[in-house]
Amino acid sequence: MTRINLVVDGMRVADDIEPRMLLVQYLREKLGKTGTVVGCDTSNCGACTVHLDGRSVKSCNVLAVQADGSEVTTIEGLAQNGQLHPVQEAFRECHGLQCGFCTPGMIMQSVDLLKDNPKPTEEEIRLGIEGNLCRCTGYHNIVRAVQHASGQPVAPNEVTA
Amino acid sequence: MTAVEESASPAPALEKEIGRDRRRKEDARLITGRTRWTDNITLPGMLHLAMVRSPFAHARITGIDATAAKQATGIVDVVTAADLDESLGVCINAWPITPEQVTPGHAPIASDRAAFAGEIVAVVVARTAAEARDAAELVEVDYDELPAALDLKEAAAATAENGGALAHPDLGTNKSAYWVFDSGQAGTGGDVEQAIAAARTDGIVLEREYRQQRLIPAFMEPRSTVVDPTGEQITMWSATQIPHILRFALAATTGVPESKIRVIAPDVGGGFGGKLQQTPEEMIVFALARRLGKPVKYTETRSESLMSAHHGRDQWQKLTLAAGRDGRVTGLKVELLADLGAYVAIVGGGVPVLGAFMFNAIYKFPAYHFACQTVLTNKTWTDAYRGAGRPEATFAIERLMDELAAEVGVDPLEIRQRNWITHEEFPFTTVAGLEYDSGNYEAATARAKEMFGYDELRAEQQRRRESGDKVQLGIGVSTFTEMCGLAPSRVLGSLDYGAGGWEHASIRMLATGKVEVVTGASAHGQGHETAFSQIVADRLGVPFEDVEVLHGDTQIAHKGLDTYGSRSLVVGGEAVVRAADKVIEKARPLAAHLLEASVEDLEFKDGRFGVRGTDAGVALQDLATATFAAHNLPDGMEPSIDAEATFDPVNFNYPHGTHLCAVEVDTETGKVTMRSYVACDDIGVVINPLIVAGQVHGGLVQGIAQALFEEAVHDEGGTLVTGSFVDYLLPTAADTISFQIDHTTSPATTNSLGAKGVGEAGTIASTPAVVNAVVDALRPYGVHDVAMPCTPERVWRAIQGGGAGGETPGAAAPHFDESTGMSGTVDRTTGADQ
Ligand code: FES
Ligand code: FES
Repeated sequence: MTRINLVVDGMRVADDIEPRMLLVQYLREKLGKTGTVVGCDTSNCGACTVHLDGRSVKSCNVLAVQADGSEVTTIEGLAQNGQLHPVQEAFRECHGLQCGFCTPGMIMQSVDLLKDNPKPTEEEIRLGIEGNLCRCTGYHNIVRAVQHASGQPVAPNEVTA
Repeated sequence: MTAVEESASPAPALEKEIGRDRRRKEDARLITGRTRWTDNITLPGMLHLAMVRSPFAHARITGIDATAAKQATGIVDVVTAADLDESLGVCINAWPITPEQVTPGHAPIASDRAAFAGEIVAVVVARTAAEARDAAELVEVDYDELPAALDLKEAAAATAENGGALAHPDLGTNKSAYWVFDSGQAGTGGDVEQAIAAARTDGIVLEREYRQQRLIPAFMEPRSTVVDPTGEQITMWSATQIPHILRFALAATTGVPESKIRVIAPDVGGGFGGKLQQTPEEMIVFALARRLGKPVKYTETRSESLMSAHHGRDQWQKLTLAAGRDGRVTGLKVELLADLGAYVAIVGGGVPVLGAFMFNAIYKFPAYHFACQTVLTNKTWTDAYRGAGRPEATFAIERLMDELAAEVGVDPLEIRQRNWITHEEFPFTTVAGLEYDSGNYEAATARAKEMFGYDELRAEQQRRRESGDKVQLGIGVSTFTEMCGLAPSRVLGSLDYGAGGWEHASIRMLATGKVEVVTGASAHGQGHETAFSQIVADRLGVPFEDVEVLHGDTQIAHKGLDTYGSRSLVVGGEAVVRAADKVIEKARPLAAHLLEASVEDLEFKDGRFGVRGTDAGVALQDLATATFAAHNLPDGMEPSIDAEATFDPVNFNYPHGTHLCAVEVDTETGKVTMRSYVACDDIGVVINPLIVAGQVHGGLVQGIAQALFEEAVHDEGGTLVTGSFVDYLLPTAADTISFQIDHTTSPATTNSLGAKGVGEAGTIASTPAVVNAVVDALRPYGVHDVAMPCTPERVWRAIQGGGAGGETPGAAAPHFDESTGMSGTVDRTTGADQ
């Protein structure tokens, strides 16, 4: 057992954990942060993406002990004072989700992407979220959501029904 | 305190909800992580399972030693088939497509023989999931490997006599069922052999063979099941598309009364047909929770999901098309081999039959013959995957139409126009015996061409061909239709399907005037909560926000047939409409009573009963309150305006559309790059354009993925090579493009909404559009076909004169022979010159 101290979604936590425990297991099983999900066992899907000291990481690819002393933000801590984060708002506005399983990871990754590149092109968005798989949306509306969140006009040739 | 409005002006009419791009109600919880996935559930004393799975495709189990595993930390038990009695139940095949179908028994845990790599042979129960997984590694299973039936054609030809490998040696054959439709015999058309013979003398005969590679639905949420046996009822939460059908199957096969079982599908992370199953894992969790008296959970890993959740497609299609010299089709003969995998899944055998009615698509040719042999192999079982039978059929006919156009020397759209049903001809009875109620192929095609810039792109293609550009432009066409809205129960009965196709809805008018809508259709990403709210808001004239849609729990939605086959809106939505109409009719006498008017003088509009010619009126929501108080009701009226309805459709419905795709093919590397994609779909009346667009986009990418990226590949021993997301290539955002979509509208006539299903349309349409584009780019190089997925290597090989670019290792050379049980022979291989 190893002791870790960290801040998760603004809350200070300390725990004795098995050294092999993954950060995503720690979040889900110890803290009940079930908003963050697991979609694969090879670090390919990105469903588990959270922020570790402000940068997006795949939390299935990080040991909980590696987060010792760090600040972790999950999808559950993204909204501030009851206000949705603009990226959350944009996903809803642009229908960037269907089943919603990829969505926590997709949103966390998009927030990180926009931090680095506040006005990304469509291509930059597509490359920036390449590590996050979505089986439902075909990515079209996810790309639009990120464009929308960045304050850019969304891609032309949209639904005209 | 019912507000009867004597003279006050009625509330302003609410904006129409149908057709409005409402943002989804579901999203608030999904974007904030307040979700209820099955794997989130933790119950007091809950135990966890891990499965021990066969690494071999076919092997006799000669011993299982769990001694070491039983001593591991946290272990409660290790269970094999021998430890469980018939209370474990069996996995059922609900659709034996012929009375003679050969159906191997399917126990959730293999006892003496494993029939595919991934089959469960033992189960470990532990206090945590990690402990269970660790201990599963310690279970020692001895196997004697058996010859495995892996290649579809070889499996079809194998018999006990010829020594071919049999998936289940005791059955003596791998052939499961042979299903035939013949227009001559059915009286829906002529004799196809005559049509072919005539075309051989004077006309065109195209013989082609296409491979529908095996795909994996790969929903993003791995399957997970929790069963709580405490209390009076046994409650199962499962990541399933079919809570109602699952409850029935559990009851029917375990002997537990249906009334003692509650199945809940909480938030479910995608399905695409892949969660339309009664799985061994669900049966095992159910049995062990009962046995141990404790809540039990099992969540699969992604690797387990890819190898053991059912796969889709996997067919060989042998096609003979007859046409006149002018390109008018005179007949089509289809002979399929369909790989069932090791067991006949819940509707697995029926998947090709769903395609049987669609090979004729939007065309009106006079003779049609379809025959399908389903075949058992030692691979993962197959079943519905988005489109289920219809993508395969659409691919075949749309590829053939392009080949015919090339043969006749006309534009692919021209050849379609020469053959399609014109809009004046609806309703139209097809050669497959279906009645298409509505459609306008001309309109959808005209709009798609305009959006695409068809003529300009053809001109550019010509320029590039002439200049010998190393990057060639290809234009692909798919003018698809499909049958969806599964399904008229009578039709299902005639096809020997084991259930009906109705859907149920109820509407509860709450005391506060709020409205609860309960539907038996169970969503997993489709947005039922939003779309059904819109329908009810319009119908009852209540605010969208006042409607709550409940689903996915057999205790709340006591009747239902769940979500698949693009049925929720057109069957489930219509049930909701009918329940809403009953609410209005139940409320009418009460309104008349309170307004002191006669029923005949009332009109219901915008949520309010008004007395014609006066300002007097009363709101429906206030009538709900009046029934709650029940102080002042007409004599004999029950104090309720709640209502329910069960709707059984009389026909399928037939979305259609024209999809156009432009790709660029690098002739030096074989790399295919999507350049643009236009989809003009006719799905009838659209309830929520935003949701529809999402369904189309997602469907398109799944279909494009079949064309370009995905294939479940097994090695020579039958192990799944594409057993993780490293190897099974789901498209990423970087692999796809933005789409241009629009709609034309011919309302369906078989539901009052005028709506048609949209869930599968994109997937059905897009695969042939993309492959047609790839082949179109390469026609000057003598290429007539590229096998799917059109990887750079395969495209490059095709350019070098390698036919369709080579098959996936392990697949036989593409030609049929007599031993497969198909009639007739084709002496030409795929993609060869005429
Ligand atoms: S769970 Fe798939 S990348 Fe972490
Ligand atoms: S919304 Fe379902 S996986 Fe992305």
